[in-house]
Amino acid sequence: MIELKNVVAEYTTKRGRMNAVDGISLIIPDGVIVGIAGESGCGKSTLMKVLYGDLGFPLQLATGSVDYGFTNDQGKPVTDTNIQREWFRKISIIPQSSMSSLNPVIRIREQFTDFPAASRNKKATLAKAREFIQRIGLPPESLDAYPHQLSGGMRQRIMVALATFLEPEIILADEPTTALDVVVQKEILLLLLDLQEKMKNTIIFVSHDMGVHYQLTHRMLIMYAGKAVEYAPTEEVFSEPLHPYTMLLTSALPTIGDDRAREGLPGRPPSLWDPPKGCRFAPRCPLATQLCRNEEPALVEVRPGHLSACHHIDKIPGLRAELSRKPTLDEMDATRLIAQAQKDLQLEHEGDRAPDGADTAAEPAVVGLLPDGEPISTDRGQR
Amino acid sequence: MTTVLRTEALRKVYRLGSFASRVTINAIDDVNLEIESDEPVIVSLVGESGSGKTTLAKTILRLIEPTSGQAWVHDQVVTGKGALGRLDFMKMVQPIFQNPFEAFSRYRTVDTYLQETAMKIAGHSAAKARDAVDEALSSVGLEYADVVGKYPNQFSGGELQRASIARALIPRPRLIVADEPVSMIDASRRMIVINLFKALKEQYRTSFLYITHDLATAYYISDYIAVMNKGRIVEFGAAREVLESPQHDYTKLLLESIPTLTKKWDRPEHIVPERAS
Repeated sequence: MIELKNVVAEYTTKRGRMNAVDGISLIIPDGVIVGIAGESGCGKSTLMKVLYGDLGFPLQLATGSVDYGFTNDQGKPVTDTNIQREWFRKISIIPQSSMSSLNPVIRIREQFTDFPAASRNKKATLAKAREFIQRIGLPPESLDAYPHQLSGGMRQRIMVALATFLEPEIILADEPTTALDVVVQKEILLLLLDLQEKMKNTIIFVSHDMGVHYQLTHRMLIMYAGKAVEYAPTEEVFSEPLHPYTMLLTSALPTIGDDRAREGLPGRPPSLWDPPKGCRFAPRCPLATQLCRNEEPALVEVRPGHLSACHHIDKIPGLRAELSRKPTLDEMDATRLIAQAQKDLQLEHEGDRAPDGADTAAEPAVVGLLPDGEPISTDRGQR
Repeated sequence: MTTVLRTEALRKVYRLGSFASRVTINAIDDVNLEIESDEPVIVSLVGESGSGKTTLAKTILRLIEPTSGQAWVHDQVVTGKGALGRLDFMKMVQPIFQNPFEAFSRYRTVDTYLQETAMKIAGHSAAKARDAVDEALSSVGLEYADVVGKYPNQFSGGELQRASIARALIPRPRLIVADEPVSMIDASRRMIVINLFKALKEQYRTSFLYITHDLATAYYISDYIAVMNKGRIVEFGAAREVLESPQHDYTKLLLESIPTLTKKWDRPEHIVPERAS
């Protein structure tokens, strides 16, 4: 079991320090798939970096600790300070972009023997790799290929193979299928599910796609502006969420066969440079009161295994009933459509003109990725 | 009935390689579409990457010259033999691109684009152009003061995408071709732009060709859906019919692959065969 105690991860920048993950305490049981969801800039990728122990300027763990619940070769407990020595053996990562994670100038087979945790016996490792990639549905010849000779789906399979090769206890997956088409995505996710069932490892899975979470994960952590707002079994997150953010996030998604009109969630997360003092979701929350704006709600266990950080959990069934009464698409005539769009745009506009201004927003809505996975800020003057 | 969009034997062939090892790729292969409606419609073009949906969009936008065939918008030839003049074409068909930061030059302010579209394409006088710009901006929830003198990098992604929608609206085109217009916007705010398209269709009586790989938003927004695979349109019909009772195997495969919130995937048993002993 992985135990996070009050983890605060901060980035040091020219403007000062900013807490991308701000006080998360969490227990992740062994052998489950945990999904992390939230908007871009909510700190989900930073939390992954902390879990992987990939700390180094500008990211550092300001306070808190991570206890992985197993011991290393010397019999010492593994924590955030020595997890780096367990990379690949006990903990591995499946990154988003396979193209920029595989070494482009060496063949796939060399990548299997290239990492420090690999056995010295190259021949035995290669024989094992050859067998292993056949098990996950790749032709053995793909070991002799260079990364660019494989399709995106095959490369991502190779990444899954590399991450699971040494049967680690923990696998971190940061949006591993975002760049893939739905058909290939399904193959990769089913493969991951199967491998997890056989190896019984813990998978921590970041995705912005709620559908992927529903299909794959056992528990879900919903993050908002660096905070954990809900942590619950996946079924319950979708059937009876206990946080208004979770509820609005899931109800904003169109579904085939469901004709209810959907609304986006206007506005944007607060600036992490100057977070509001109360609940961080309060400015966008339909249930917010003065209490929410003044006092931060703690993440507490509302039902067994279901944690939520909200002052108004009692009002959530009411909000849900209201959302389910939304008119269907057929009932939305032209005037109603236009009125609805104008109302949302008005709220968006206010969000963009918030007192702290667009230039201090936590993260712009559009981000690209540098080859090393760092987001490229498209905001002015931040780089 | 008016014909909103029609293509006839539209084809684009790419030739790669040298003389000896020539490879030809049919990026779009004999596409025949006919959409008839008196009301403006939203037509979704869905498919995986490499299916040719962007090539088809670019052909209709005249960014790619087709190898053969023609396309009509409201009975005017927009591409192929005997096509409309460039200016008339731009009055009729306007684009919205995936990434607004690439669509606008970073060395020009956004308001110059709007002004230029109003004067050169829509043909307004300098005095009237400002009104046209104002009107288009207000229908996407922006004000002139928000865009004047600002460079693209001074906008947030959602705001700039809305400015690019406003620009496309200025000439009051009959058809707007939107290539993955929301894929770079956060999921929680995507529906705002999707709902905006539906509202603009009514407000401006403009039809949309919405190109996407996301079948759920396609279902939500569109009147008609065309499913593309390997350069061909494999299924076309009313949106709900196609997605609720798909006929073609490829459409079924696509639908089965979407991670839905309603039903968990069936788990085939043979993904990881047991280790041979």
